[in-house]
Amino acid sequence: MDALIDQLKGEIIEQLNLEDLKKEDIDADAPLFGEGLGLDSIDALELIVLLEKNHGIKIANPADGKKIFQSIRSMAEFIKANKK
Amino acid sequence: MENRNYISSYCAVKEGEVIVDHSTSYSEKTLPSIDFIKSVYKHFQLNYPKFYKMDHLCKLAFVTSELLLKSNPVTQKYSSEDIAIIIANSTSSLEIDTEHQNTISDKNNYFPSPAIFVYTLSNILIGEIAIRNSIKGENTFFIFDKFDPDFMSSYINSLLNSGKAKCCITGWVDFYENKYESFLYTVEKEKGTLNIEHTSEQLKKLFNN
Repeated sequence: MDALIDQLKGEIIEQLNLEDLKKEDIDADAPLFGEGLGLDSIDALELIVLLEKNHGIKIANPADGKKIFQSIRSMAEFIKANKK
Repeated sequence: MENRNYISSYCAVKEGEVIVDHSTSYSEKTLPSIDFIKSVYKHFQLNYPKFYKMDHLCKLAFVTSELLLKSNPVTQKYSSEDIAIIIANSTSSLEIDTEHQNTISDKNNYFPSPAIFVYTLSNILIGEIAIRNSIKGENTFFIFDKFDPDFMSSYINSLLNSGKAKCCITGWVDFYENKYESFLYTVEKEKGTLNIEHTSEQLKKLFNN
């Protein structure tokens, strides 16, 4: 799980152009939206693309997004549970 | 009403140099285009987290407008509805349009990026400046072959003389294939410290300096 979290941090920094952040600056349990990383609605769309492009996972029910994108750890758990 | 208008301040970013009101305020000739623009952002400590998410064209517009408004904070002098933003360039948003095209050209690797797509319009850079500074006045983006001092002076003077705006942030912001050039200036009824009348001739001189 730790390796996947580390990988996700790198992918998020790259995909969302968070150039001023390093992996170690990101708390895997901090909220991705609002506080924490302070991501916005466009970033949310980017995260959906990232899941599909890098991990081959489509979110079937958009209502699940809030739970999946709660934190990097919740994203990693979702990937682990849904990876084919 | 007095029909004369004045260029009260300007900021030009090109060829590794930042010039504000005739003075070079930063120079770094060794860096390639986008790295230079990022170095301007860091050098002047322009703290705005959204900067890194912008495309190259908006990054250039952002740093230029920040330094212009630092030199002449017109948002403190005029109400947000009285400030217009009129900007032009020659390559529109072609740089990011091409990047977007690259994400959708392969049907087997079709992953359009929302963060790229939102910048595929040149007038988005006006939106970025307006949002940053809470400006709500008239705004227009023009695309010309090259900077057109005759048109810009005539259009902006008409805007101010008709009372549609009391101040205008205007000029040129262009970025394509690592070539970049920006020149933004404020036009007001007041002479300001520069005391340059907003005429085609004066504009030509400033732009070509």
